[in-house]
Amino acid sequence: MTASLLTRERGTRRAPGYPRPGSRRSGGRLAGRLQRPGMWFALPAAVLLVVFFAYPLATSLLQSFFSTKGGESTFVGLDQYLRLFRDPLVLKSLGTALLILVIQVPIMIALAVGLAYLLNQAWVRFRSGFRLITFLPAITTLVAYSVVFRVMMTTDGGALNQILGVFGAGPIDWLNNEWWARVAVIASITWRWTGYNMVIILAGLQAIPPELYEAARIDGAGRWQTFWHVVVPQLRPVLIFTIVTSTIGALQLFDENFILTGGGPNNATLTPVLYLYKVGFQQFDFGYADAIAWMLVILTAIIAVIQFRILREKP
Amino acid sequence: MTTELVVTGQARRRGIPSRARREPLLRRIVLRSPVYLVLLVASVLALLPFAWMVIASTHTTSDLFVSPLPLLPGGEFWQNLGRLQESVGFGQVMLNSILVAVLYTVFSSIISVMCGYGLANYRFRGRGVLMGVVLVTMMIPMQVLLVPLFQMMASAGWIDSFQALIIPFLANAFGIFLMRQGFLDFPATLIEAARIDGASELRTFYRIVLPVARPQIAALIIYTFISQWNSFIWPLLMLNSEDKYTIPVALNTMIGLSRVDYSGLMLGSLLATLPLFLLFLVFQKQFVAGLLGGAVKG
Repeated sequence: MTASLLTRERGTRRAPGYPRPGSRRSGGRLAGRLQRPGMWFALPAAVLLVVFFAYPLATSLLQSFFSTKGGESTFVGLDQYLRLFRDPLVLKSLGTALLILVIQVPIMIALAVGLAYLLNQAWVRFRSGFRLITFLPAITTLVAYSVVFRVMMTTDGGALNQILGVFGAGPIDWLNNEWWARVAVIASITWRWTGYNMVIILAGLQAIPPELYEAARIDGAGRWQTFWHVVVPQLRPVLIFTIVTSTIGALQLFDENFILTGGGPNNATLTPVLYLYKVGFQQFDFGYADAIAWMLVILTAIIAVIQFRILREKP
Repeated sequence: MTTELVVTGQARRRGIPSRARREPLLRRIVLRSPVYLVLLVASVLALLPFAWMVIASTHTTSDLFVSPLPLLPGGEFWQNLGRLQESVGFGQVMLNSILVAVLYTVFSSIISVMCGYGLANYRFRGRGVLMGVVLVTMMIPMQVLLVPLFQMMASAGWIDSFQALIIPFLANAFGIFLMRQGFLDFPATLIEAARIDGASELRTFYRIVLPVARPQIAALIIYTFISQWNSFIWPLLMLNSEDKYTIPVALNTMIGLSRVDYSGLMLGSLLATLPLFLLFLVFQKQFVAGLLGGAVKG
């Protein structure tokens, strides 16, 4: 009680015009006098954001309370949202997202951390060459790499099955078997995004002050102990960032699944966005597509809140 | 204890990892070869699809599915290119992609840089609201806008046009945010010096701010170009006529054909990747900064 009063009082006693602590430089250096130019600089973006973001966003929220199938629009309240819970395909698409979340993201982050850790060791030769090569998948166009994987994963005589054949492993029906299709998607995304995350983590590793390694060594910590007790805690914010962006990426997956499997077989690799695309632009059920979209908004917001919570906590 | 510290200190200064000095050669080799093995395997896995893309685009389709696989590039490159041109008009498709990406990058970058500068350096009415909108836009998945934007484009008669690909996304929230963050760190003394010298706001922006902020702007330009080059779902919805297709849409149509031209597809994928690859070779540093965006500062 007293404490909160005290802090509030301290806040009000701030000298007028003095930047609020925490907000960097608090905007205008020449506040007031230079209102106009600031407005002119921001005007084009502001107009575009209102017309092509705020307005359609409001439309989509409004439309999600209407049934728009067959060109007619009738108010149905929360029906579209209740429909989400009963729709097996919504559940299946969320299941795909969850599978990627639980299996692909940890595998990818672990690989990225491992690679980044090795490529941050001073004694490794050709470090920059290895970094460059493992980063290369990140510069491929999403659709193009999906196409390449699709061709490589052809069941009869595809490059991947031929390579497996060399090792005596039988041909795998990558894209037509429910579970293998999921493996195919997971393998493809992992190939594309591991190097990208590796570079982020590498930057995090390089920000760790060398004194910490030195201190760990003096304390007699071995390689593993140093890794777990020095490197990982220091990497926390970077790791959370990569995990959260990968999570949102999993929730918004479209290109890869659309090209690789089209969501099949038997909707085994259907993603929420792919389902939204089908509902909206193949069945023209706009109201329901909007409800699916808002489900994604809510899920993304929940993830963002969790991220914020975890980031705020000090280890 | 003390001596050890001194020794490691010296070793570090000479660029020799201290641990290495203490370990005998044989032990070092035994310890280190698994690391190189791991890195080698990772490199092979990373490069394999690229290698296959190049090899496959220079062979006939039937060559790609026989055993053993061709391990070297063949001589069918020009035939494949000719067929690609014949079936989907790939020259036109490439031009479309370049045109749309360049136009989008130019205008979107100008808008992002201006807005970011305005938000970072001035206090004006509505600034807080605008900043809020930018943050919210960044958080909200773009897919929410698919249906309403589609309807907007349909009623404006913009379907199957390039402006439908470019204009709705010109105000790129992430780009604006990136620029604002950059300009917050901009040396304020430079701007104040220009003002004292009597330069107008626009002149200050043009003559002082832009040249100094060049590396950040380069990263923004590359980020913007990549995002437009990769864009798939929106062009897929907007474009109907083949002569307006961008590369991702054209590749998608090729998959849908009754007889899939696999070597053509691989060549198309190669050509789709090439511009980003060249951009990467020339602007490695800015490319990585642009790709990672706000992930890592500096």
